[in-house]
Amino acid sequence: MAGEAQAHGEGGLAFHPLDQFKVTPLFGDGPIEWYTPTNVTLWMALAAIVIILVFAVGSKGRALIPSRVQSLGEMAYGFVYKMVEDVAGHDGAKFFPLIMTLFLFILSANMLGLLPGSFTPTSHIAVTAILGFGFFIFVTVLGFVKNGAHFLGLFWMSDAPLILRPIIAVIEVISYFVRPVSHSIRLAGNIMAGHAVMKVFAAFAPMILISAIGVVVTPVSILAITAIYALEVLVAFIQAYVFTILACVYLKDALHPGH
Amino acid sequence: MTTTNTTTEAVAGAAEAGHEAAKAGMPQLDFSTFPNQIFWLLVTLLVIYFVLSRVALPRIGATLAERKGAITNDLAAAEELKLKAVAAEKAYNDALVSARVEAGKIVAQAKADIQKDLDAAIARADAEIAAKAAESEKSIGEIRAGALEAVTAVATDTAGELVAALGGKADAAAVQAAVTAALKG
Repeated sequence: MAGEAQAHGEGGLAFHPLDQFKVTPLFGDGPIEWYTPTNVTLWMALAAIVIILVFAVGSKGRALIPSRVQSLGEMAYGFVYKMVEDVAGHDGAKFFPLIMTLFLFILSANMLGLLPGSFTPTSHIAVTAILGFGFFIFVTVLGFVKNGAHFLGLFWMSDAPLILRPIIAVIEVISYFVRPVSHSIRLAGNIMAGHAVMKVFAAFAPMILISAIGVVVTPVSILAITAIYALEVLVAFIQAYVFTILACVYLKDALHPGH
Repeated sequence: MTTTNTTTEAVAGAAEAGHEAAKAGMPQLDFSTFPNQIFWLLVTLLVIYFVLSRVALPRIGATLAERKGAITNDLAAAEELKLKAVAAEKAYNDALVSARVEAGKIVAQAKADIQKDLDAAIARADAEIAAKAAESEKSIGEIRAGALEAVTAVATDTAGELVAALGGKADAAAVQAAVTAALKG
């Protein structure tokens, strides 16, 4: 309660770096049921709308010489398609729409999350865990369907010395099951940490209104926000890219389990 | 003093706020919101997946393929046109060479014709000149002969007159002989 009072009073800084991650209902103040439209709904819908505008509406012209939006969509298409084909091979191209969906959802959610006052769905472990574990289950089922028991060859290093093979197999199995964990925590952790750091610096910015140290602290914190923001723009893209390319690698393992 | 006080206060406030946040926990770990997030995530992903796989990606793929085809066609057409241009240049050069040869031939022919005409004209002129010269020579000879005769006649007359004037009797034959001898002498 004291913190609340401090935030609204004139003296004191308001440190609420995690408030931006709160899930709140869009309408009213009721409990959050599974169907309640929340800020999660809003920002996910905005991500979907951006994707639809760029890729479905923007490509409508089918122009031989593309318009700006059209060429944006085509560049993203070429980028992800090449990634899927290079990493997962030719038969991986069948899963291109799936990989593209992952990439575009994460990228646009990350980018929209950088708007001041926005909410970032990809900073939530619930979201990234569904993405990571969902893809993990999909890839594992796909591996067994495509290769049957052969899929277990993924864990059996046939070129290692015979004595080491069972040990390596155990390690491989463990690392296989750690994959979705690291896959999802990496994304949520990166996005959350960046946003929280930015918020902490932002909390220091009004220092000049409170004390004389503010003469130094305020410009430094504003510069720091600017720098972190630039870094976060980079991170927003890189994390989407990393998530996608790892998805491609896992897809490759499912399609071609032989080493 | 006041500055230090407010700073301490601010730090204390921050620490308190931090405690509050820790007490409330990370919103990420508030499991009561998980069903909501998961439901809306699945809805969003399904919407994006269907729009992409049914509408956007096939369309973009087709556009890219179309463009690639157009570029390949244009390159092939350009290659063809280039070959045509090279052939046309070769034909032009050939035509130029044969035209030169033809022109050379025509020039030589013309030269020969002119030479022939010239020779004929010169020959004709020579003949004419020769004829004129012969005619002139003849008339000169005639004139010369005429002049000699006239001189003999005048000399004879003059000698006869002179003899008569000196009181002699001019013997025509003797005078004639004397004049002839004098003329020869």
